[in-house]
Amino acid sequence: MLNNNDNNLFNIRSIYQKDPTLSILVIALLFIILLLFVFFPGKVLTANNFESMAFQLPELGILSLAIMITMLSGGINLSIIATANMAGIVSAFIMTRMITESMTGSPIPIILLAILAGWLVSVLIGIFNGVLIAYIGVSPILATLGTMTLVGGISILVTKGYVVSGFPEEYQYIGNGIFLGIPIPFLIFLGLAILVSILLRRTPFGIANYLIGSNETATRFSGINVNRTLVITYALSGLLCGIASTIMISRFNSAKAGYASSYLLITILISVLGGVDPYGGFGRIGGLVLALFILQLVSSTFNFLGLSAHLTIAIWGLLLLITIGLRNIKSTSI
Amino acid sequence: MSKIFKKFEFFLFLVILALIVFFSFSTENFFTLENLLDLLISYSFLGIMAAGMLVVLISGGIDLSFTAIATVAQYIMAINIIDYSGNLFSAFLVAGIIGIVLGSTNALLIYYLKAPAMIITIATLNLFYGFTIFITRGRWIYNFPDWFNQSHNVFSFTAADGTYYGIPLPVILLVLVFILTYIILNYTILGRKIFAMGGNIEAARRAGFNLLGLTIFVYSYIGFLSGIGSVGQVLILHSVQPNAIVGRELEVIAATVLGGASLAGGAGSVLGTAMGVALLAIVWNGLIIMGVSSYWHKLIIGLIIICSVGINAYNRKRNA
Amino acid sequence: MNEEILTMHNISKNYGGVHALKSVDFSIKKGEVHCLVGENGSGKSTLIKIISGVVQPERGAEIIINHQKENHLTPIKSIQKGIQVIYQDLSVFPNLTVGENIFMNYYAKGGIQWVDWKNIKNVARETIKKVKVNLDFNETVGLLSIADRQLVAICRAIATSAQLIIMDEPTSSLARHEIDALFSVIQQLRSAGITVLFVSHKLDEVMEISERVTVLRDGSKVGLFKRSEIDDKKLSYLMTGKEFVQEKLSEKVENKKTLLEVKNLSKKNEYKDINFKLHQGEILGIAGMIGSGRTELAFSLFGMNPPNHGQILLEGKQVYFKSNESAIEAGIGYVPEDRIEQGLIMEQTIKNNATVTIFEKLLNHLKMIDQKKQQSTVQHWIDTLSIRTSSIENPVKTLSGGNQQKIVLSKWLATNPKILILDSPTVGVDIAAKNSLYQIMRELSQQNIGIILISDEVPEILYNCHYILLMRKGRIVETFQPEEVTEKELNDKIIGDGQDE
Repeated sequence: MLNNNDNNLFNIRSIYQKDPTLSILVIALLFIILLLFVFFPGKVLTANNFESMAFQLPELGILSLAIMITMLSGGINLSIIATANMAGIVSAFIMTRMITESMTGSPIPIILLAILAGWLVSVLIGIFNGVLIAYIGVSPILATLGTMTLVGGISILVTKGYVVSGFPEEYQYIGNGIFLGIPIPFLIFLGLAILVSILLRRTPFGIANYLIGSNETATRFSGINVNRTLVITYALSGLLCGIASTIMISRFNSAKAGYASSYLLITILISVLGGVDPYGGFGRIGGLVLALFILQLVSSTFNFLGLSAHLTIAIWGLLLLITIGLRNIKSTSI
Repeated sequence: MSKIFKKFEFFLFLVILALIVFFSFSTENFFTLENLLDLLISYSFLGIMAAGMLVVLISGGIDLSFTAIATVAQYIMAINIIDYSGNLFSAFLVAGIIGIVLGSTNALLIYYLKAPAMIITIATLNLFYGFTIFITRGRWIYNFPDWFNQSHNVFSFTAADGTYYGIPLPVILLVLVFILTYIILNYTILGRKIFAMGGNIEAARRAGFNLLGLTIFVYSYIGFLSGIGSVGQVLILHSVQPNAIVGRELEVIAATVLGGASLAGGAGSVLGTAMGVALLAIVWNGLIIMGVSSYWHKLIIGLIIICSVGINAYNRKRNA
Repeated sequence: MNEEILTMHNISKNYGGVHALKSVDFSIKKGEVHCLVGENGSGKSTLIKIISGVVQPERGAEIIINHQKENHLTPIKSIQKGIQVIYQDLSVFPNLTVGENIFMNYYAKGGIQWVDWKNIKNVARETIKKVKVNLDFNETVGLLSIADRQLVAICRAIATSAQLIIMDEPTSSLARHEIDALFSVIQQLRSAGITVLFVSHKLDEVMEISERVTVLRDGSKVGLFKRSEIDDKKLSYLMTGKEFVQEKLSEKVENKKTLLEVKNLSKKNEYKDINFKLHQGEILGIAGMIGSGRTELAFSLFGMNPPNHGQILLEGKQVYFKSNESAIEAGIGYVPEDRIEQGLIMEQTIKNNATVTIFEKLLNHLKMIDQKKQQSTVQHWIDTLSIRTSSIENPVKTLSGGNQQKIVLSKWLATNPKILILDSPTVGVDIAAKNSLYQIMRELSQQNIGIILISDEVPEILYNCHYILLMRKGRIVETFQPEEVTEKELNDKIIGDGQDE
């Protein structure tokens, strides 16, 4: 009567039935790797490339986590890029103002302060979003479009459009360093992916988040404090943006008001490709990670082929539409 | 509901009046014919697109790709004028047609893919825009024929003191679009069905409405308006600037929502939208004239939008 | 006039594994008033949706309208054939005015491009007069009460030149005089040659208005009868398939401890001066129609609708609930009227739906949910309440209505409640499950849980409660013991005579 996982561990069909999305993604990933192996042998699937992918993909991955958790709750966070940029600018300011050439002692305490300050700002933005959406009742699209503009405006105001750059070596280690052969950003991303996955599937907060995404009214009737849960969701989303920016500005060695603006579509694509239901209530981190790898591979291939950035983004748009189309076919045939 | 709404529109009107008074007394240059006309011209494009957005929101949908459609339309009409020696009429025609075609594409995707319109139009936004910039390499286009660059005023006259006045074509377009939208929404069955659809889509389905047809109309309409509005924009700027339009989606949505439209559908009015556009325009212009550094602009607009949608939402929540 | 206006053969409809309709044959004669009768879940609504083209039947079905075979009926085709449906959930447009809603069916016909506002006004006024109701055609429908919305829906159907008007449970929130007006309109329609299909589970209305009656049970057609061939008892037997012998509760509960006391409770525009006591082990019935304030009162007891005046005392102590969380903590559970929107999260798993109220109780030392504990808790309730399911990882929508309702019950029973409020708990539940639920209720009362049963189904209230309160227009107008009334008397009392206020 209950699902007996143990007996069916090696039964492929039942693994597929348990989660068709994950299986399809694994197959797609293997297929792409195969294609690359056959058509571009030794060009894309190089150790060098893997290493640079492992440096690039974490910030995108963490931003995708940030938008995914809000989509699970039935909303969306369109302000993730603006939030990340703002957090990066705050960190950058602290580091560039407080760490001077002539100072004595380690810059590490200041670096920590800068990082935490950035995170604090991003969490505050997230809480602001959450309050607007849950307590005041603004639709998530409008609320996060609004904060995107407001935060973007603040970013422009404080930077006057200039780049803030010049971080200490120790800081650059975060985005560019390697630990045990693995790039540090990648380790951070993996750690976060695991943490968020556990949070979503095993804690009351996480499950409530899914339930709200499916039916907010019934969840409320069951005694769950929906407003508080949503604020936490958006605050968490903000925090993830902050962490992403910590890595981002380290890699770019600078912070700016307008970075990564093309990332927004890609994070949505990764989420939907990874199995997140755009209407809320369903989606797994495993799927998101697989989708992330797939997209990173495809992106590197496009790079290698010399495809223009604009064409690439047009293709992402098309891919998102195709993904949604395929999901529909899949769900009507069940 | 009509009573509450009247109260809201009236409130908006008061705010606009207050702002006008404030700016008129704070600076010399605000309340001049020249400035107000300039303002009208600069915001005519936004106003035209807002009229389209209004119709989409009333039907219960949303469109984030219209700025990309406008960009595509601009290039197509430039090709028409420059390479094919088209005239104004043909320019408007091709721009309008491409707007309808791309808008219908959106409609079909939204209707058949069964995903939120927001996500689908984010996808088409990037698809249309990315592809266009890829093909055109993001070139600005300057070389319009002289007759084109001079034809943006319709009724022109030279005043006694030698100043040249004219009613710009884009402004006439704006007025026509508002009138057309008003008529459609209030005097045609099509318009009333759009309201109905936004109010209760299941009831609309059961009442036998052609939901596919209505969806196609709504998204084609905003596509069409984005197309012809973009022609007006080119007339003013005498050039095609590809990155000038994309990114202003929020302003358009904000203008309509400020004017009383709801993202949930079924509500909104042309008058409200016009006032929403006016509010944004006045604030923007007033800030510039008052010498507020341009770095503040985005922030202030963001603040206005959040305050107004917040107040709107809160009121709706309390009255529910 | 003996010709058939509608003939249907071999109509079946399956939803997943559920057979909503099984090979039903159905026909209506032109100009008659025909009643379609059946319990909730008998397939009535599905049949109506098929007639109106909203839902397609399984292959092999035959539909003939006015001697013309229809191969693929769509809503617009159905309307063009002259079929108008007044749905149970009304399908009105809340953001438009009464006048426009009434006129809406003209829009569907197409053809007329311009809105003729004058015509709308006239048609609306005429129709409203016909139905003898008090509606302002400029009012926005969203602001109207449910009863008024029902009237708007009725007017809309009548306003067109329909040949067949189908009314799906149209009297559920109408007062006596409004029901009388509706019935006289139906007679007018009949003399004008218009056919009426009246769908209902209220036997007295069926007996009053019908000429012929088709009875459905569990998706199958039980029979077609002339009115002269049947009476209440026979109809009831046909609808339920059982000689339904229900016994009224006889225990005395007043000497037990008072669990809940409500004193002078009032909320503006919703209910006024509510006073009652609920004892341990008592099943208190609140009878009343939609709009009588009963659900609003239930919300207040559950902490979701703070009252303006009065007191709620729980075991002698006054309580102020800021939210339903505090009510739940105090030991109150609420099974809502609308299972689909409020009671369950349909797309999510049975496991999560059954434990959503007690996540905090299932934590291990790492503050995470203990899977084993969660599973065994759900299994416990599945066994205790006899819920039929293949896997608790399935979405709860895969369960039948009765089993779904049992999951709703489990999630509340898992909180160890002192008081359970059940709001119309057997809507959409088949007979066997209904009985099962009544049995569970009695067992719970044996365990000293206090139950408030809100319902407008007469037998349900009469045979399952120790004490009955009757609410109308926000007030408690009468109270009685079950042995003091008969079914018919209770029914009349609930509908009332429309003379209040």
